[in-house]
Amino acid sequence: MTQAVDPSDDLRTHRGPSPVVRPYALVRGRTKPTGDRLDVISMAYALRMSAPDPADLEPEHLALLRRCAVPMSVADLASTLDLPLGVIRILLADLRDRKLIRIHRPRAEPLTDIRLLREVADGLRRL
Amino acid sequence: MGYDDFEDSAPVAVKILIAGGFGVGKTTLVGALTEILPLRTEEELSGPGTSIDLTTGVETKRTTTVAMDFGRITISDGLVVYLFGMPGQQRFWFMWDDLSHGALGAVVLADVRRLADCFQSIDYFERRNTPFVVALNCFAGSRWHDDAEVRRALDLDAHRPIVRCDARERESSRDVLVTLVDHTIAAAESGQRIKSPSGSRF
Repeated sequence: MTQAVDPSDDLRTHRGPSPVVRPYALVRGRTKPTGDRLDVISMAYALRMSAPDPADLEPEHLALLRRCAVPMSVADLASTLDLPLGVIRILLADLRDRKLIRIHRPRAEPLTDIRLLREVADGLRRL
Repeated sequence: MGYDDFEDSAPVAVKILIAGGFGVGKTTLVGALTEILPLRTEEELSGPGTSIDLTTGVETKRTTTVAMDFGRITISDGLVVYLFGMPGQQRFWFMWDDLSHGALGAVVLADVRRLADCFQSIDYFERRNTPFVVALNCFAGSRWHDDAEVRRALDLDAHRPIVRCDARERESSRDVLVTLVDHTIAAAESGQRIKSPSGSRF
């Protein structure tokens, strides 16, 4: 799931405040996604790679769908596509509504799965 | 692909939060640990001090953008740790609730010369019963304080780990995370989350 990042692609260090109008025009002014809340580490995964009716989707929807060929976190998607988290959440919810992706929610709070926690601790020690 | 296949193929993601005052080294610590370039993602919010409810019309919304650092550590094909640097300013606190939901725990990064800068973070995680450790980022020229002195100044419980680190160093930063995860395991094993003190540090 690791995506190579070309530093020259990252325009954010070279420009001023991020453009605000366009991302929200993209989601037609909506500020909340439909359905369940999407965590920053929720994983999205494409169920099909093409939309039956691509005309009602924005290019960003389709770009997201392509990225989700392998499970990708909401945060990774926001960063990769350089869109605000709020906008990514709305676009993902749109894709979910169209049954184009599935979203896997992270473990519930509090995180008390000892086996998982030990796996994290051991993995970090090996770094 | 069926749902079960998806469940099998999606890695388990856990998140660790990096909090602390402005300029204390959160970005540096994330950068020392992440396998990818430290990435920034952005969240937008209406004017300072507004609540989490963003349903009002965008045409009346005064929008500012906050950049958030995040990094990733792949433990295995099936397990990924995400690090999120939490924006420090109080007006971004609505994002804290979102970020800290379901988090494994938090590192509160502190500078001994400006300990008061991390009071808000400590108060926040105590109130939420989120496991956390305090990591003193040892800047050149900062005076050595013993742990008891720091513990007293921060009004920390005796069980709360305090570690020293150099946020620029990968191993040192890694050790901070290991201390945190061990602390979370201890809290989970004892079956009791840390009781929050009633008072605030202010």
